[in-house]
Amino acid sequence: MSAASPETGYNFAYLDEGTKRMIRRAILKAIAIPGYQVPFASREMPMPYGWGTGGVQVTAAILGRADVLKVIDQGSDDTTNAVSIRAFFARTADVAVTTRTREATVIQTRHRIPEAPLHEGQVLVYQVPIPEPLRFLEPRETETRQLHALAEYGLMHVKLYEDIARHGHIATTYAYPVEVAGRYVMDPSPTPKFDNPKMDDSPALQLFGAGREKRIYAVPPYTRVRSLDFEDHPFRVQRFDRPCALCGAEGVYLDEVLLDDAGERMFVCSDTDHCEERRAEGHVGEEAAHA
Amino acid sequence: MARGSMLARGFADPVHDAQGVFRAVMDALARPGTIRPLVPVLAPPAPLTAELAAVALALADSDAALWLDAALARSQAVTDFLRFHTGARITEDPAEAAFALISDAAACPDFGAFAQGTPAYPDRSATLVLAVSDLSDRAGWRLDGPGIRGSARLAASPLPSDVLDRLARNHAGFPQGIDLIFAAAGRLAALPRSTRVATGD
Repeated sequence: MSAASPETGYNFAYLDEGTKRMIRRAILKAIAIPGYQVPFASREMPMPYGWGTGGVQVTAAILGRADVLKVIDQGSDDTTNAVSIRAFFARTADVAVTTRTREATVIQTRHRIPEAPLHEGQVLVYQVPIPEPLRFLEPRETETRQLHALAEYGLMHVKLYEDIARHGHIATTYAYPVEVAGRYVMDPSPTPKFDNPKMDDSPALQLFGAGREKRIYAVPPYTRVRSLDFEDHPFRVQRFDRPCALCGAEGVYLDEVLLDDAGERMFVCSDTDHCEERRAEGHVGEEAAHA
Repeated sequence: MARGSMLARGFADPVHDAQGVFRAVMDALARPGTIRPLVPVLAPPAPLTAELAAVALALADSDAALWLDAALARSQAVTDFLRFHTGARITEDPAEAAFALISDAAACPDFGAFAQGTPAYPDRSATLVLAVSDLSDRAGWRLDGPGIRGSARLAASPLPSDVLDRLARNHAGFPQGIDLIFAAAGRLAALPRSTRVATGD
């Protein structure tokens, strides 16, 4: 993929070296204390909060000249957020960029984990809006910090229990809370709970950056990540009753796409790279077969 | 290094050299027990090793104070070098330091002397960087915990004779505690507080 022409007048990867050192120190402590949210002095970035300023700062702090960067937004390499962040680093760091999961060394993501298995040496950087899993249950930062210090997560279990009392099952479908390495309860960012099992025992290093909320946290490779549940209501991922309409993939996360004013719709892979690779290999879904 | 009072130079390429050192440290901490190459690009005054100097230059600054062990603190050339290239405050109180540089690892002070973080802020804790002469991932302690698939081995020397007890106490205090980086010539390994360390036999 051709990179945009490099920008002059900026430091490598946009951030100044003092900021990178500060973020790097936070990343090292985050790795040493899996699932714990390390405060950091988040900077103003040339994009609005909510567009991935936390993830961008983490990526800028770790990126080197030899890295190959992939950026996805809801699984797609082609949405505005993904395209602009990829172009940002191609211009400010002149790094190689790719859409192929396998070729990337650093993958910045908003709300999905790629379908293709990650491998050792890869770093997955999540953009996080609200890093505190207890925030909607306890608004005071001073209190949530104490709850984490005491490993007091009863509130979260009550919340999941109330789901069951009200809906008959745990109705939380995204940002589903996880327990990391048997200690901290962590927000996996608003990924669908479908992706939670991929966080467990992953060969890749997972870093999380929340720009507005000024927190960095991490899950090292080969670390136990357990989705909270109950013995009689075990954690389950959502299932789709049909394969991808374009590539026929089963057991992947699907997006619903409206086709016309009559409400015709199809379900396609949310991971565009996975879908393209499968179609290149000759897999054909129902919709593609008709076309 | 030039003669007289001339200062040894820092990173030839501050941006990319610092990034390379950081990634080596990050990978080592994320995968305890694995040994990462660290190409020495510095020639600091003795007894500061090139690897200790590289970690300090990559990560310390005016927001992250350094503590030096007795052998390093004695050398004016070492303190001048670190002050000039990092801008970091050099503290005599180990509890104030973000990074402790330890050239005589066998005489490393008790881990409890360094900042352990608090229950609410366990990240406000020190990282110890120890110069070792031998480092191997084929023998020595048995490690398990986050970042390790199954178990890993690590041997580093010289270290204090009671280092295993110290590491066990450090791990028992999780999430508080210190993190360790072992730096030998051209390579490094790390032991975060999350790693359980047991004898290898």
